[in-house]
Amino acid sequence: MQHIKTISKGTLKQTDGKGCGECQTSCQSACKTSCTIANQECEQTRIKRPR
Amino acid sequence: MIHTYKFQDINVVLDVGSGAVHVCSDAAAALLRACEGQPQADARPPEDAFSAAEFASAREEIDALTRAGLLDAPETGEDVLLPEDRGAVIKALCLHVAHDCNMRCAYCFADAGGYAGARALLPLETGKRAIDFLLGRSGARRNLEIDFFGGEPLMNFEVVKALVQYGREREKDYGKNIRFTLTTNGLLLDDEKAAFINEHMDNVILSLDGRPEVNDRCRRTVTGEGTYAHVAEKLLRFAKAREAAGKLYYVRGTYTKYNKDFAGDVRHLADLGFRNISVEPAVSDKPEPWALAEGDLPELFAEYDRLADFMREREQAGQPISFFHFNVDLEQGPCAYKRVAGCGAGTEYVAVTPEGDIYPCHQFAGEPAYRIGNVLTAGGFENKWFDAFNKAHVFSKEACRGCWAKYYCSGGCHANALRMEGDLLRPHRLSCAIERKRLECAIGLVCARALTCP
Ligand code: SF4
Ligand code: SF4
Repeated sequence: MQHIKTISKGTLKQTDGKGCGECQTSCQSACKTSCTIANQECEQTRIKRPR
Repeated sequence: MIHTYKFQDINVVLDVGSGAVHVCSDAAAALLRACEGQPQADARPPEDAFSAAEFASAREEIDALTRAGLLDAPETGEDVLLPEDRGAVIKALCLHVAHDCNMRCAYCFADAGGYAGARALLPLETGKRAIDFLLGRSGARRNLEIDFFGGEPLMNFEVVKALVQYGREREKDYGKNIRFTLTTNGLLLDDEKAAFINEHMDNVILSLDGRPEVNDRCRRTVTGEGTYAHVAEKLLRFAKAREAAGKLYYVRGTYTKYNKDFAGDVRHLADLGFRNISVEPAVSDKPEPWALAEGDLPELFAEYDRLADFMREREQAGQPISFFHFNVDLEQGPCAYKRVAGCGAGTEYVAVTPEGDIYPCHQFAGEPAYRIGNVLTAGGFENKWFDAFNKAHVFSKEACRGCWAKYYCSGGCHANALRMEGDLLRPHRLSCAIERKRLECAIGLVCARALTCP
């Protein structure tokens, strides 16, 4: 394509029901830097990925 | 909904519904901008800027991507994801091991660790009951979190150690996995503590603001001395040990009205040798001299752009750093449910003080209206705020519903909304503006990288 290049097709995963809920909580306040959604990992991929 | 913006010299297009990210020509960007917030068919591009042929070919590509579900894709709505359905299961605990601190930082939200109350250290027994409380309320969740927070948690380190041991024993009885984390200012860090932390903590947050003069302006000892000279080297040595052990850490600074050129502080921390860095804006509901205000935004935005440039420089020099808020995983992010449900304060996350009192999160500690129980009293937990927090998700906030960033931000900080805007459902505007800017940079960096190394 001449005008548009797709960088990512996106993974706004449609979860059936509510997701597994096993991932990290995500405080967004300035005092914590624990984890915001944007840089959070899905627990399911975290398990599969060697660290 | 789509969001089109310029990052460095790249036109970035985020399709909110699908999460797809594209880069595009100026002609396509003009077309897309014209149709933001309205059905594409009605959009009229600015006249004269591009030839009719250019617009026609851009239009063709836009239509093709729209048909493929990668532009203007329908959003996952409230009907599919009902965040309110999550049960009252608690999976994360902020344990205030010390309501006391050996620093006196100007911008401290916790009143130098005291949280507007008496200075106190968490007794071991109270800590154990807090862990029991978490384990007992965690339902089917296997992965639990305990964050040792303060004040300064190293002032009560023997209790931290004993509680880690206690947690490790008890998690087996319940079939759980506890992840421990800790936040420290580093003053009391020594080799022995460092070794323990490296062995047992999943993540550690090290507080340091950056350049010596910036750090020392706000971060002082009890006697008013600057702290940089006391901690910088120790924190760095500790960070290096963690890197060597393959463990996560962040060095975390606060930027204020005094250092709106905070990219210089990130650069300083990177030059010292820290690889994982975060700096956070200091805001206040009071007219503090250090607090940032909406009028500062243009300068702050320009500074985030400078920071993004610096990140690219480091990457191209083969010495990448990780800036916390510029990390975004476009391929493997969390599920849609997680993205709309918010931080979990008052629903799945609570804070426990040295007195054993339970609050919806650390930011509420010490505010009597938000006390929701005590871990020392049997049956002493009645979460009167559950519904209010549970319903404070992106679909229930007007500002969030119309915001392109909602699936990345998940609705902002409840404590900020309440304190700054007086309403749980009205996100703090200044924080929103900063969050959106950081996300633009984060997504822009992904594009910039993709364009240089396809
Ligand atoms: S309310 Fe704010 S400070 Fe509390 S957990 Fe949520 S994001 Fe963090
Ligand atoms: S940036 Fe603000 S308006 Fe947008 S989703 Fe986050 S909290 Fe809501």
